[in-house]
Amino acid sequence: MPSQQQNLSERSMAIGLRALNRFAGSPVVDRLGLRDQAERFLYGASKTTVRTATSAGRKFAAAQKLTKPARQPTKASDLFDLTPTDEQSMLSESVRDFALEKLRPAALGADAACLAPPELLTQSNDLGLTMIGVPEELGGAVSERSAVTAVLMSEALARGDMGLAVACLAPAAVSTALSLWGDEDQQATYLPEFVGERIPAASLAVLEPRALFDPFRLETTVRRAPGGYVLSGVKALVPRASDGELFIVAAALEGRPALFIVEAGAGGIAVEPEPAMGIRAATTGRLTFEDVELPASALLGGADAKVYAECIQLGRIAWSALTVGTAQAVLDYVIPYVKERTAFGEPIANRQAVAFAVSNIAIELDGLRLATYRAASRADQGKSFAREAALARRLASVHGMSIGSDGVQLLGGHGYVKEHPVERWYRDLRATGVMEGGLLV
Amino acid sequence: MINLELPKKFDFLIGQAHSVAAEVMRPNSRKYDRAEHTYPVELDMLAAVINGMNESGALSGAGAAGATRDRSSENGASASASADRGSTRNGSNLASVLSVAEVCWGDVGLLLTMPGQGLGNSAIAAVANEEQLQRFGGKWAAMAITEPEAGSDSAAIRTTARLEGDEYVLNGEKIFVTSGDRADLIVVWASLDRSQGRAAIKSFVVERDNPGMKLDRLEHKLGIRASDTANFVLEECRVPKENLLGSPEIELGRGFAGVMQTFDNTRPLVAAMALGVARACLVATRERRREAGVVIDYDAPPLAQSAAAAEFLAMEADYEAARLLTLQAAWMADNGKPNSLQASMAKAKAGRAGTDIALRCVALCGAVGYGEGELLEKWARDAKILDIFEGTQQIQLLVVARLLLGKSSAELK
Repeated sequence: MPSQQQNLSERSMAIGLRALNRFAGSPVVDRLGLRDQAERFLYGASKTTVRTATSAGRKFAAAQKLTKPARQPTKASDLFDLTPTDEQSMLSESVRDFALEKLRPAALGADAACLAPPELLTQSNDLGLTMIGVPEELGGAVSERSAVTAVLMSEALARGDMGLAVACLAPAAVSTALSLWGDEDQQATYLPEFVGERIPAASLAVLEPRALFDPFRLETTVRRAPGGYVLSGVKALVPRASDGELFIVAAALEGRPALFIVEAGAGGIAVEPEPAMGIRAATTGRLTFEDVELPASALLGGADAKVYAECIQLGRIAWSALTVGTAQAVLDYVIPYVKERTAFGEPIANRQAVAFAVSNIAIELDGLRLATYRAASRADQGKSFAREAALARRLASVHGMSIGSDGVQLLGGHGYVKEHPVERWYRDLRATGVMEGGLLV
Repeated sequence: MINLELPKKFDFLIGQAHSVAAEVMRPNSRKYDRAEHTYPVELDMLAAVINGMNESGALSGAGAAGATRDRSSENGASASASADRGSTRNGSNLASVLSVAEVCWGDVGLLLTMPGQGLGNSAIAAVANEEQLQRFGGKWAAMAITEPEAGSDSAAIRTTARLEGDEYVLNGEKIFVTSGDRADLIVVWASLDRSQGRAAIKSFVVERDNPGMKLDRLEHKLGIRASDTANFVLEECRVPKENLLGSPEIELGRGFAGVMQTFDNTRPLVAAMALGVARACLVATRERRREAGVVIDYDAPPLAQSAAAAEFLAMEADYEAARLLTLQAAWMADNGKPNSLQASMAKAKAGRAGTDIALRCVALCGAVGYGEGELLEKWARDAKILDIFEGTQQIQLLVVARLLLGKSSAELK
């Protein structure tokens, strides 16, 4: 345990210093600097359907050769226990501090601009979010595979702001997917970038734009072609789509869903802004693939149905974790408000109608939190977790949304205006029942 | 390390409880639902078996008496020592909620009238001194709190206790005493001085055959008919002063805490009862649903499945939340962590989820669910009490709100 902690803090510090050192001359900054903030605002938030090609992005190439894919080992426990490890406590506390001190103050502006401030994303990279799921021999930060750790960090981030949390975590979904299911060549090609000083903007694209979407019945398809595959279809509400350099795309191969690694530089990919009701800081966009040619090495996880199902389930757990964090933010916000707000000569908290609403927020939040932890801990122990992930998602979708609604309700008219963050949380919390993919734990 | 699966060491305990539920409870469920007020003699044999298992440690904590704060951890010694080592305890509180839930999968009414496993036993286990534990050990103790004019508002109790020499003399009326006619002892809540409010409320152990305590009647109920519910009149009922549980002093500001502490232990148990009933309903509905050709797919979005499948998923999710909240409250008690908030949250969630799930299962199963040919309609009647006794839904929400908001009972009424 001490060696892991040391390992982690040493690494985080090293990366932080390296990041600072290289920051000024970084091509990422140049690229982002070219885009004027105001222009980005109009670009992101407007309803125009300007389609642009995805940026050429970086070239990904293997620096070292691996003989076999690296995987994080898993760890099991036989006792019912709700105590996080020291490492998990340390990580989630530092992430929570970052969320409350950095994300929360930036959230209102980022929501309006449909853009996460680049310096925040850089700072979040320094927290090592993309390194949590990466095996140590590939430069990762944590020795054991732990969806629970990722859940705790996601929850902590979303306490600051859900939209910014999605923007920060989107690249981690890709690094985790490559760590879990990538072969030795895929890992050698892409993972070094996610543990380096310049984390690529990356995203896991699953959702498609239609009602009753089922991630196991995809309309985005891949057909075999000489030397590889050809990808066609549309992906909706992809986090950080416009500056994405690398995507993992869910597409049906011969009628069965599978995952493909798609570099933004591949020809035939169009991106258009797709701002939504909430999580706007994640700069959601729609990706259209028109006969995009992919190399044979693009198939991730060998079209294994179990891999794909796990990917969907881990994504659902991630959204439940974000819901836990944002619902906690609602609870933390309404408690002092109802105690300070007076009506008819006393604090409104003295009324059962108000107080019971607060109780119900706490009860359903705690139930959702435990269900989310259970799903993640089963994943860590190599047990089946499809059922537990589905139950956590159901709780998050229903109770998360009602907590968001109660948050506004308890503030009355004040909850409906942007002076208070409950207005944004109401919009953000609807995402949980809608989103598939985008994140992984 | 965060892990929400149950330890293997409880497999045997749960297996035993399941056998009891399947072999003794279920076959007698309908019989005693119909024959209200008839004592289920089958339970005498079972009680002997359970006592034997308790002594061998196999079924430790199978009933209410098992839910107790670890005496050594109460003074902080063993709990903080184990916390220092970074280890966690899965002890008698967790064992109790698991076995109670399992037995209630069989029948909650029969569990409530299990000899020697009354809620009074929990009170004695939680607050009795060593001498009292010796004297009352092995006896069946019921709990008498509610009065015609004081239900959830237990501070408004009118039954009085006055000290005369070496005896307390009790006067008043008690209603809704579970197993009151069958138990050996009744733990009676009474006030030493009604002008001093809740601080003056104490609990007294009264022998069932005390001539000053007269049975008024047995209630006819919506459900849990296997368990009798007695009303008593106390007239100059004399008990030795050594039968007072806890401190005899009226300590303003904290006197009530000792009495209320019992609830931190018993609320997770009632939550566990609701879990048992809910699981019985879900399992039965799953079988009926399978016969009807409805398949649940945990991977497909609920909205893309049939309404019957989506409804089942919704019920399972609420069951999961209630179950984990209950395990959390018990785990905290096992590890010496204050759990008033979590105990009430578990009771609130499990109480309402139990009733809701049972009623929806009846509707999902149609005539099969509503008819007396199956047990679903009975479970739906049984479940309702679990959202009422040991503190109604509304009382739990009040407890939770006062703790979260830092409000006194005078501020948040």
